Amino acid sequence: MEWEVVIGLEIHVQLACKSKIFSGASTAFGAEPNTQACAVDLGLPGVLPVFNGEAAKMSIKFGLACGCEIAQRSIFARKNYFYPDLPKGYQTSQYEIPIVGKGQIEIQVDENTTKVVGITRAHMEEDAGKSLHEDFAGMTGIDLNRAGTPLLEIVSEPDMRSAKEAVAYMRKIHSLVRYLGISDGNMQEGSFRCDANVSVRPMGQKEFGTRAEIKNLNSFKFIEKAINVEVERQIDLIEAGGEVVQETRLYDSDKDETRSMRTKEEANDYRYFPCPDLLPVVISDEVVTEIQGSMPELPDEKKARFMEQFDLGSYDASLLSSSVESAGYFEKAVDASGGEGKLCANWIMGELQASLNREDMELEQSPVTPDLLGGLVKKIKDKSVTSKIAKKVFEAMWNDEGTADEIVEKYGWKPADASEIEPIIDEIIANNQAQVEQYRSGKEKVFGFFVGQVMKATKGQADPAQVNQLLKSKLAP
Amino acid sequence: MHKKTLAQLSAALQAKEISSVELTQEFLARAKQFNEQTNAYITITEDLALQQAKEADARIAAGNTQALTGIPLAHKDIFCTDGIKTSCGSKMLDSFIAPYNATVIEKFNAAGAICLGKANMDEFAMGSSNENSFYGVVKNPWDLNCVPGGSSGGSAAVVAARMAAAATGTDTGGSIRQPASFCGISGIKPTYGRVSRYGMIAYASSLDQGGPMAQSAEDLAMMLEVMAGFDPKDSTSAQKDVPQYSAAMNDSLEGVKIGLPKEYFGEGLDAEVATVVETAIEEYKKLGVEFAEVSLPNTHLSVPAYYVVAPAECSSNLSRFDGARFGHRCEDPKDLEDMYKRSRGEGFGEEVTRRILVGTYALSAGYYDAYYLKAQKTRRLISDDFKKAFADVDLILGPTAPTTAFGIGSKTDDPISMYLSDIYTIAVNLAGIPAMSIPAGMAGGKPVGLQLIGNYFDEAKLLNAAHKYQQVTDWHQQMPEGF
Amino acid sequence: MSLQADDVKNIAHLARIAIDENDIPEYAKNLSKILDFVDQLNQADTDGVEPMAHPLDMAQRLRVDEVTEVDQREKFQSISPKVEAGLFLVPKVIE
Repeated sequence: MEWEVVIGLEIHVQLACKSKIFSGASTAFGAEPNTQACAVDLGLPGVLPVFNGEAAKMSIKFGLACGCEIAQRSIFARKNYFYPDLPKGYQTSQYEIPIVGKGQIEIQVDENTTKVVGITRAHMEEDAGKSLHEDFAGMTGIDLNRAGTPLLEIVSEPDMRSAKEAVAYMRKIHSLVRYLGISDGNMQEGSFRCDANVSVRPMGQKEFGTRAEIKNLNSFKFIEKAINVEVERQIDLIEAGGEVVQETRLYDSDKDETRSMRTKEEANDYRYFPCPDLLPVVISDEVVTEIQGSMPELPDEKKARFMEQFDLGSYDASLLSSSVESAGYFEKAVDASGGEGKLCANWIMGELQASLNREDMELEQSPVTPDLLGGLVKKIKDKSVTSKIAKKVFEAMWNDEGTADEIVEKYGWKPADASEIEPIIDEIIANNQAQVEQYRSGKEKVFGFFVGQVMKATKGQADPAQVNQLLKSKLAP
Repeated sequence: MHKKTLAQLSAALQAKEISSVELTQEFLARAKQFNEQTNAYITITEDLALQQAKEADARIAAGNTQALTGIPLAHKDIFCTDGIKTSCGSKMLDSFIAPYNATVIEKFNAAGAICLGKANMDEFAMGSSNENSFYGVVKNPWDLNCVPGGSSGGSAAVVAARMAAAATGTDTGGSIRQPASFCGISGIKPTYGRVSRYGMIAYASSLDQGGPMAQSAEDLAMMLEVMAGFDPKDSTSAQKDVPQYSAAMNDSLEGVKIGLPKEYFGEGLDAEVATVVETAIEEYKKLGVEFAEVSLPNTHLSVPAYYVVAPAECSSNLSRFDGARFGHRCEDPKDLEDMYKRSRGEGFGEEVTRRILVGTYALSAGYYDAYYLKAQKTRRLISDDFKKAFADVDLILGPTAPTTAFGIGSKTDDPISMYLSDIYTIAVNLAGIPAMSIPAGMAGGKPVGLQLIGNYFDEAKLLNAAHKYQQVTDWHQQMPEGF
Repeated sequence: MSLQADDVKNIAHLARIAIDENDIPEYAKNLSKILDFVDQLNQADTDGVEPMAHPLDMAQRLRVDEVTEVDQREKFQSISPKVEAGLFLVPKVIE
């Protein structure tokens, strides 16, 4: 039996607003418990919500970036259920009329494959607080600092057919929201959370199989594993004669398995109705146009531009444009190098990435700044260092030894020029008459011996092309 | 002193005929004296009142006064008062000391008014008789065997017995007007959005509105000028200037057209109440008013629509009362579910529980369209009825309630019968338009209220019509015996 | 609409309100009465009528994104049933 996997993702993005979606309390991460939970966030009797307009602007930015329909009139609805991290006993969200409608986004699945994934909708809602289950003698501690943080819930169409595609989609959305400046996408801090809806069906079948929801996947690595392990579970279950139950599951990374989560009841009746404390959110044409005008260059646009301007391949351009940081680094380095896109790209994805990986560093922490790298690339281009020397210069820059120019000066790694090479060649020719005779009599291979000797004598500081040219002319009969 | 109007008290304070401390002490004495009989107050805030009175006197001495500076008021115990118990008439909030002031309270504080105490009320504003209070029934000063009306029964009784100079109430289905009618006082429910709901514990968010209750339209105008106004903390607050209500009070009513809804004068209306209203109509004719018959054909659907919309909204608004962060928590909860269920089961009274259950049902899967959506559509029909009527008339007039104050315990067995006492008031809340009740006579020794209904933001017209009537009648000056 | 005891129990569970077993019949009776009463709404011809969620035809005001609230934890927690280390304590959730 050939199985097809069907995946849809719901991504909750914390919007980078300074204050909460319905109150003026701060959204800053890491504060002492309940010091950023004001009366409105606590759901005290008598308090009322007032909507943070920035959340609407950020949501619309996302919608425009994915070519989505923008609902210029959207409604807040109450999702009613009881849980200690939900102080009002309902979550203010959007139900029938969300601010962002249908759209799509292109993802890079691997080096040679892209795919278009549909976006069903994106809506605004308030985040819940946090529950701490340890340390309280059989009780749970509730911190409501996070309650009321603005969220954008992005729902994809069930268009993904593999864990790999799911990860690619998640990465794309992650990069996009950071590009747009609407979220810091910090998964450790909970700014970017993903739930995966996974089902399987026999290949060719039209109807979807029953899906299970895997909640709170907070890393690209885990989401791939979780989906794969869940797919396996479902297939095994069906093949053994069982049925997949529609339920919520959690991924256990230690055991590498998903297990059923029974706290939030399976059949929750949320009793959605329009929130009577809030009015319809109406966004004028002018505001939408203004937001459109303020959009930064998007990853896909950047990728296309990189490919055209610098003659980069799709995969390389995709990698470099995938985050604001890498794109920024690349563009700065190219600038500092005098426009050498391809060379910079190679060095960034090669030597630099290798060094970052080795030291487990992020790009922002690199001791080799884009200016430094660009400076080095410039010297490679104008041949003032050979590629062999360049590697040594890079290492020295990594160790904070200064600019490329300074390092070359310090170590005397200037490439030899013709006036320095020629006497060396002359000396080598003089001392190796036998080989000269062999070469002149037709043994082409002996050329390599001379190259080797020259390189040794110049300690690798001679430009190979130049050496070749000089040797050839001097060895000519 | 206690018989004086707000304007008279204000003048007396400013002329230094009496100090605010003295005035406050006088009202405090009355409050304490009559509270045992009436049970109108849940909390009398003596210390706070005297402290505020001292401050008021200082302001008066410095010549820095406003109309209500130094005047003692009672506030329905639904308004959050910082540092003071705010119970909403419920066991659920018996231990709740509000940690902030409602906007309305802030406004009164800024005006220099005195908070004499928190008035009794039907639990969570749900009721038409003040028999649903955790703190016991309030007795109508006109007949202690009768209810004062609800849910602002305590506020109405306070004003009727002059246990404060005026009071605040809230009105979701008639809870200012009906008790005003039963207790022979004046009360106004402003246009929805006119008065801030921030800090006013929510019952039905799209219907609730706070308003003043006092001896006369003149007093209401002074109170409303302080209470009304845009509040950035309330998204449903109207960004409209507050007119000087006192300014247009004396305008002639010559040529004013008042509509009489034929649906308000039919079956169910007590004959004696009808007679009082008819007499009032004659008075208005003398003042130059032209009457016309209007029809509000969907009136009979207003109570059913209300009893879907209000419970639905309240079922959600009251979910925050879960014993977790404030209010009543049951003893020794064995787990979370137990804490929720027992805290809420113990904290809420029967009527509140009933309405939460109805509301939960109306919103639940499969029933939303048939109940909630249907009710909201009906609501629009009811609102359109008023729109049509106001195309032809300036105001609408009728009885406030179908009867006078009924006996304590006489309707508690039948919720529907209780609900129907709001038949003339409820449609107004569904539409969101302003309306008021003023005393217009007596029937069987108990007060009868006259209801005036206006178009959106026409409070000035309402107060004008009420005031002109009060200039040629003296029902509003009557006081119950023994007080 | 006639509600049975089980219906009442289900609704009470959704609303998280404990109702004494002995009181269930009375609630069932009263709730049924109320639902019968509101069934009158079926008389209304509401085809093509827009539901009315708010009396005023207003749009939501948009608040400026700025921090205006200060830490009032102590005050807010002074009225809480159970607090420890700045956290609100509730009985453990059964997972």
